[in-house]
Amino acid sequence: MRNRLAGIFWALLFLAVPIFGVAVFAVAPAIDVWLPKDVSEHGVRIDELFYFILGLTGIVFVGTELVLFWSIWKYDAAANDRPATYIHGSHTLEVVWTIIPAALLLFLAIYQMNTWADVKMRRPNMPPTVEVIARQFEWRLRYPGPDGELGTADDLHLVNDLHLPIDEDVLIQLKSMDVLHSFFLPNVRIKQDAVPGMKIPVWFKATESGVFDIVCAELCGWGHYKMKGRVTFEPRPQFEAWLSRKYAEQQATQPSPESTTPDSGDSLAAN
Amino acid sequence: MTPPTAVTAPTVDHVHVSVPQSSHAPHGSTPGRGIGHFLSTYVFSKDHKVIGLQFLFSTLLWFLIGGLLALAVRWQVAWPWSDVPVLGKLFAQEGGQMAPEFYTMLFTMHATVMIFLVIIPILAGAFGNFLIPLMIGADDMAFPTLNMLSYWFMWPAFAAFGASFFVEGGAAAGGWTSYPPLSTNVASAPGSGWGQTLWLIGLTFVGVSSMLGSVNYMTTIILMRAPGMTMFRLPMTIWAMFITAVLQAFALPVLTAAGFMQLSDRMLGTGFFSPEGLIINNATPGAGGGQPLLWQHLFWFYSHPAVYIMILPAMGMVSDILTTFARKPLFGYRPMVYSVAGIAGLGFIVWGHHMFMSGMNPALGITFMVSTMMIALPSAVKTFNWLGTIWGGRIQFTTAMLFALSFVSMFIIGGLSGIFMAATPVDIFIHDTYFIVAHFHYVLFAGTAMGVWAGIYYWFPKMFGRTMNEFWGKVHFFLTFIFMNGTFFTMHILGAVGFPRRLADAYHYETFHHLQPMNAFMTWCAIGMVATQIIFAINFFWSMFYGPVAGRNPWNANTLEWSAPSPPGHGNFDFQPVVYRGPYEYSVPGCEKDHLMQTDPPNQAAAAAAAALAAH
Repeated sequence: MRNRLAGIFWALLFLAVPIFGVAVFAVAPAIDVWLPKDVSEHGVRIDELFYFILGLTGIVFVGTELVLFWSIWKYDAAANDRPATYIHGSHTLEVVWTIIPAALLLFLAIYQMNTWADVKMRRPNMPPTVEVIARQFEWRLRYPGPDGELGTADDLHLVNDLHLPIDEDVLIQLKSMDVLHSFFLPNVRIKQDAVPGMKIPVWFKATESGVFDIVCAELCGWGHYKMKGRVTFEPRPQFEAWLSRKYAEQQATQPSPESTTPDSGDSLAAN
Repeated sequence: MTPPTAVTAPTVDHVHVSVPQSSHAPHGSTPGRGIGHFLSTYVFSKDHKVIGLQFLFSTLLWFLIGGLLALAVRWQVAWPWSDVPVLGKLFAQEGGQMAPEFYTMLFTMHATVMIFLVIIPILAGAFGNFLIPLMIGADDMAFPTLNMLSYWFMWPAFAAFGASFFVEGGAAAGGWTSYPPLSTNVASAPGSGWGQTLWLIGLTFVGVSSMLGSVNYMTTIILMRAPGMTMFRLPMTIWAMFITAVLQAFALPVLTAAGFMQLSDRMLGTGFFSPEGLIINNATPGAGGGQPLLWQHLFWFYSHPAVYIMILPAMGMVSDILTTFARKPLFGYRPMVYSVAGIAGLGFIVWGHHMFMSGMNPALGITFMVSTMMIALPSAVKTFNWLGTIWGGRIQFTTAMLFALSFVSMFIIGGLSGIFMAATPVDIFIHDTYFIVAHFHYVLFAGTAMGVWAGIYYWFPKMFGRTMNEFWGKVHFFLTFIFMNGTFFTMHILGAVGFPRRLADAYHYETFHHLQPMNAFMTWCAIGMVATQIIFAINFFWSMFYGPVAGRNPWNANTLEWSAPSPPGHGNFDFQPVVYRGPYEYSVPGCEKDHLMQTDPPNQAAAAAAAALAAH
């Protein structure tokens, strides 16, 4: 009980928590274990909010952990003979540490709303660029054919190889044929579950060309891990050239376009 | 203040006046009473302490199983498709290498075991049972038979979950959340056959057990408090248990109903959770006309309050342990009680934050974001009050205290990381990544499990009459603390990369292929963490028989259980406890000793009694 060294040892262990915590978050970006490259317009805002919360919680984290450390260090029974303070609380302190966090949290919630609304609620008024239909364990894609409308006989059908134009809004219509899936584009900061029976719109504006991962982020069965697609962002002309090349390929392999529709799960896709 | 409710316990004749120390379970102590007596004393016992210990032993055993499942999961994440050492022999049909469907089963059952067979029953079942009557000064629970049944209803659950590993297709593999249609459609996954049916049956029995316990706890705490034990003289442990019981009572029926709906979808061909025309794996579509999101709403309406069921009792126990070893009154007792109530109340209106990306109306997401942000407030108030409690104290570094302090330290991390997910735009990126895995392991392992260990080291003397070895206790604490942070803290930055959970092998993605070394590090830490528990197991069993004998009050604590014998006999108290004050009167100025027990008569009365005795 009278061993001061033990108290010092345990206090330092608790001091190690904020040091280790800050160190991990400081080193992580340096070794490239950090937010993947963002190539979308709204992604910058999401990342900013992430950093904002990281800063705020970081300050609270370090502050409270240091108070904890200091209390353990200073008030070790072996460190002094002073009796413990006989106090049951403080009304003022309770009010202070209720109102300040309440205000901060409320501010934080309100501060998020506009970005959330832009990404998930203010849908651009345009026809879908492409329909993504999730299925165990692949991403089926359907582009409107020459008639510019989805769900007609001349649609272009592809699997896992999504191409989209950059510098303009794109609207994806997301569906599922079987179980739940989640359409996750890490580099675009987009995630949306695909739900059988629902048609869910997803929109964003990519700002850079490149090829990136499509990840399934909702458990969908044994092959969940391999439900991988690729998304290629390219300027409008290349995108259109690619589209017509793929369309020509489809025409060549399947001369009668009427026969191409059934496999796309239209019982659900028609919803 | 309500006046002292002098409720006489209905079975007061059980109180053995001056029960000798050794009379733990007096029925069984006489030889030759036969097998019937042995069964009624140790097996189908109605004594809350025996039932509490039954819960404790069962849940610790499942804790071991859950931990091994976790190691198997970690093995696959760190070194996908490589032979699993030791454990690999258990699934020899795959030749030691894990099949992806086996992996999905592992993490499903890891979570299921840890949540439904370890955390919930160890808090409410083990500690709730053991502590409630002792800490309120009752001789037993209000309904002893119901109490016995609450334990024995766990066994069908143990059997169902256990047996599901051996049925065709293996145990459930749809995640512990069992989202339909994956869980309802037999063709959608190997584990969605009998494994899932047994899972639902097991879950129902766990629910029945919890409900029996919950009704009992509420009744006991309301009606059977010792004379003088007003509600606002209850220790925080009891407040937390009480509010947890209320949460259980209100939330559980929803889960039970939802479970039966899913069972009916699977076995009777209804379509509560399946839309029209679902084609899974080319199988014939079922009835349809339902909605997969309905399950998520019902499930999380229970399972979010359940998150608080999984932490509130630990918060209560930690509050009591911190005051004992800081030798200081709890800072802000009433705000602590109100914040527990606040967490419970708000806990019912935040379930939607599990569904931000689910396809639920995004406008609804905004309201759930606000309520979720606000629930951080009572948690923050609690944390500040814990800090206020140890500030200015005289800290004694017992093993229990170290675990309690680490609960506070780790809960800060778990609480703050929750804010990231509550912020809907940020959640778009980190939802279903390792960020959330880090978050809930900080709350449930680094939080609740630390609180549970604190509780075990603290109340062990009351349970078994002996103290656990402090040196090995501290070694256990130190190694667990180090390995735990090595395992879970790094998960935050994996989450920042977007590393998704539940993937058997994520390294074929360009975004994640460089994360294998970090995962290997975490797996080594996890192995160390599980291995450390061998120290705990040996200490636990050794101390039970050979530890130093503890008196009634080895920690000089104030609450009622410490005035009973260690271990208490059947009927608990060898005197009628009368409560004179709150539970946290430590270091009262002018008082000889640094603690004033709830049962210590007030000074004036003591002086008067002494004077009367002298005059006699």
